[in-house]
Order: sequence, then C-alpha cells, then structure tokens
Amino acid sequence: MRYALLVQGAPYSHQASHSALRFAQAVVARGHTLDSVFFYHDGVYNAARLAAPPQDEPHLPDAWCDLHAQHATALLVCIASALRRGLLDEREAVRHGKVGHSLEPPFELTGLGQLIDLGQRCDRLVTFSP
Amino acid sequence: MEPQAASRDDLLVILRHSPHGTSWLRDGLDAALVAAAFGQTVSLLFQGDGVLALLRGQGSGALGQKGTAATLEMLSLYDIDALFVDAEALARLGFAANELMLPTDSVDAARTAALLASHRQVLVF
Repeated sequence: MRYALLVQGAPYSHQASHSALRFAQAVVARGHTLDSVFFYHDGVYNAARLAAPPQDEPHLPDAWCDLHAQHATALLVCIASALRRGLLDEREAVRHGKVGHSLEPPFELTGLGQLIDLGQRCDRLVTFSP
Repeated sequence: MEPQAASRDDLLVILRHSPHGTSWLRDGLDAALVAAAFGQTVSLLFQGDGVLALLRGQGSGALGQKGTAATLEMLSLYDIDALFVDAEALARLGFAANELMLPTDSVDAARTAALLASHRQVLVF
C-alpha cells in the first residue's frame, strides 16, 4: 500500500512528530511504500537544518533524512508555513536577503497543492497533529 | 478500495479551532481552498470552537493577523457551498444557525458520522 503522512506538530514540543516517525518506520518495515511526508503548521520545524537536540534524545530532522536516504521518501515542507517561521532554503534566503539558510535538501519547500495531490495519489494519508 | 469510492465526495475539512488564537483555522481553510482550486469537491464541517469562525462582524483581530472572515466570504467563489456546523457546539456556545455569516446545515452526531463516511478523504484542523 502507498502511504503519505501529514505532520503538524513541532518536534520536541509535541508527540505528533515522534509518533509520525515511528509510524513511518513501521510502514516501510512492513513492506509498504512511504511516498512522502508533508510538514504543515508547526510541523515544518522538523526540517530545521540547525536543530541540535541533546545527544541522548532522538534527532528528528536526521531521522527524517535517513528515511529519505533509505526509502526515497519525499520530505515536503509547506512553503507558506515555513517562511513565516524562519525556515528558508538557500534560494529563499537569497530572495529575502537573509545571511543564512535554515532548511536544505532532502527537505523541499513546496505548496499545499502537493498535499492535495498526495491525498489523491496515495492509498492512505495519515495525519499526526498535536 | 470499496466500489462506491468513486461516487463519494472528495474531501471533508473539519475545523475545530476558533479564529485569532491560533493559525489552525487559517491553515485548514487554506487547505480547503487549494483542494477546491485543484478541482476537488470540498465540504467544511465546523466543530467545537470552530463554529465561532462563522460569527458575523469579525475584524482582523488584535494581534495583527488578517483574520478568516474574508476567506469565508470567498468560499462560494471556490464552489465550496457544502458547509456543515455541529449543532451541539452551536447550542453550547449559545448561538443559533441564523446568526451565522453563511448559510450552514446543522448536523448532529449521526449526520456527522454519515459525513465522515460519505467523503473519500478527511483532514482535521
């Protein structure tokens, strides 16, 4: 079965993204396809390039990147939610005159249309919200 | 997938948060508008404090957000005409359906269950 996830909770503030990651790992372990994870609302903080959690805690941004590396899961970040919250890739940082960027591949800034497309294209779209 | 899936409406967006305090309502409406722009049949269900979004005379809010009333007024331009409101939440907050800024259909728990079953996809905000 082809799955997609919608993640709306900030990492370390809420259970949502931690649960989403475990669900994602279970989906691929059972032989299903995890097409994409779409980060919306405060979920966009999962894509923070500069996140530096304590070493004895799960590193959520890195764990999402592992998922992409091993299973080619697309990591889609809502651009409207991200820019408001200071999550800019290199191109957006230049466009807005910022000195650094806070989001990098494999995370991709994209529009809400991608979320709607996932809902149509995948067998299941599962939401993780705080 | 079940055979009747093709005949069901595409998307039900459930809005459970009041305007102004958080961005949940705005984010949910944005998702609904984009889905409609992509040609999907979209219904909205206002539940709990979400019914407050439909009260008349709302401004932009004290905190400098744009507010959601203007977005709600645009729904018909996107062909989003199926608006449902949780009758129990409305009664609990002391409002009647005729006090709302848009025509809505009041639903009880049984109708809510039917709505969930009659849409191919549900997004909750």
